[in-house]
Amino acid sequence: MAAPIAIHLEFGGGAELLFDGVKEHHVTLPSQSEPWDVKQLLVWIRENLLKERPELFVQGDSVRPGILVLINDADWELMGELEYQLQDQDNIVFISTLHGG
Amino acid sequence: MPIQCSSCAKKRAVLRRPKTGYSLCKSCFFWAFEEEIHQTIVSAQLFNRGETVGIGASGGKDSTVLAHVLKVLNERYDYGLKLLLLSVDEGITGYRDDSLETVKRNQQQYDLPLTIVSYEELYGWTMDAIVKQVGLKNNCTFCGVFRRQALDRGAMMLNVDKICTGHNADDVAETVLMNVLRGDIARLHRCTAISTTSDGEGAIPRCKPLKYAYEKEIVLYAYFKKLDYFSTECVYSPNAYRGHARTFLKDLEAVRPSAIMDIIHSGENLSVKEGVKMPVQGTCSRCGYISSQALCKSCVLLEGLNRGLPKLGIGKHHRLHDKILTQQALTQQEEKKLKAMDF
Repeated sequence: MAAPIAIHLEFGGGAELLFDGVKEHHVTLPSQSEPWDVKQLLVWIRENLLKERPELFVQGDSVRPGILVLINDADWELMGELEYQLQDQDNIVFISTLHGG
Repeated sequence: MPIQCSSCAKKRAVLRRPKTGYSLCKSCFFWAFEEEIHQTIVSAQLFNRGETVGIGASGGKDSTVLAHVLKVLNERYDYGLKLLLLSVDEGITGYRDDSLETVKRNQQQYDLPLTIVSYEELYGWTMDAIVKQVGLKNNCTFCGVFRRQALDRGAMMLNVDKICTGHNADDVAETVLMNVLRGDIARLHRCTAISTTSDGEGAIPRCKPLKYAYEKEIVLYAYFKKLDYFSTECVYSPNAYRGHARTFLKDLEAVRPSAIMDIIHSGENLSVKEGVKMPVQGTCSRCGYISSQALCKSCVLLEGLNRGLPKLGIGKHHRLHDKILTQQALTQQEEKKLKAMDF
């Protein structure tokens, strides 16, 4: 069993509007048999945090194209994207690029 | 296992660049991003020493990054430009009023003078009032046409030599797609140009220094630099057609990031075959602004608003323009056609 982990989530660039306008969330992911990865985190966010229009945040298994993801301040494309295994105290940032310029 | 920067090989990479696939650390990314914009400016000869350049500033990510980078480059390479911020207040409660607060902070942060021109002072109508009359279907047409002209009018008031806007690579690619989807050959032909020429009387040359900058990099530049920008969707923007084009583009980019540059490349190299009818640019006989018709779009839209005939500028009613110009009365049938709005 993997122990519960505490992580810090941040939504910006307009993505926070789908979370009641709240940008920062400190959450604890419950313990489960395998380590948490980003793919499971997205399911968890959708079920526990998303307030409206889930299709504007998730698409299939992943985030909607146009939403940038940073894991501990690095582009998730460098970190394994959906397969990245979350560690306690990780910082995950979601930034929408889809809002006005 | 952290990935090292492929440029300096010393620090941890923070992003994979969509254009090149390189992984760069923060400082190498800042440098590469700024240098590429410098290269764009130099190779397209966008500015001349001594010019006053108005930056169209909305408070959003693109124009905030543009203002920041232009200020950095103007100092680093001694362009000798006088930079100023120019904002348009469309009069949209709960959207533009908030974003203008961001622009006012940018004015302080970048120490650049700011001028705000409003639809209300220029046209006598705020977007809030326009939406009350026309509904939510064609309001974006009014806003787009008025904004373009408002920026020009503001720039003229300030004696600006050039206007630059924050349009990025994704915007340009999206516009290419939109013009294909609309069959708008004239716009398709000119939408990839990095700058407009000043041959039309009364139009100030415009340019897009971020034309080759990916949206992803603009947003990450703003994020890593902790730039202060505003990101809320306009309260009146449904614009479903453009939304589809944007979603399509983002889906393509997710599979193949070069898609954006490839679409721009296609747009830049299209040529229009002989015999295709292209509009001839002239000037509006009422306000003198560039127009391919006797009256510019802005004057027609405004006339429609002021006469309670909001559909006048929507769709093709060119035949009526002569009547308006000579102040002839419209027939009842013509009036009826222009009044009916779908809400």
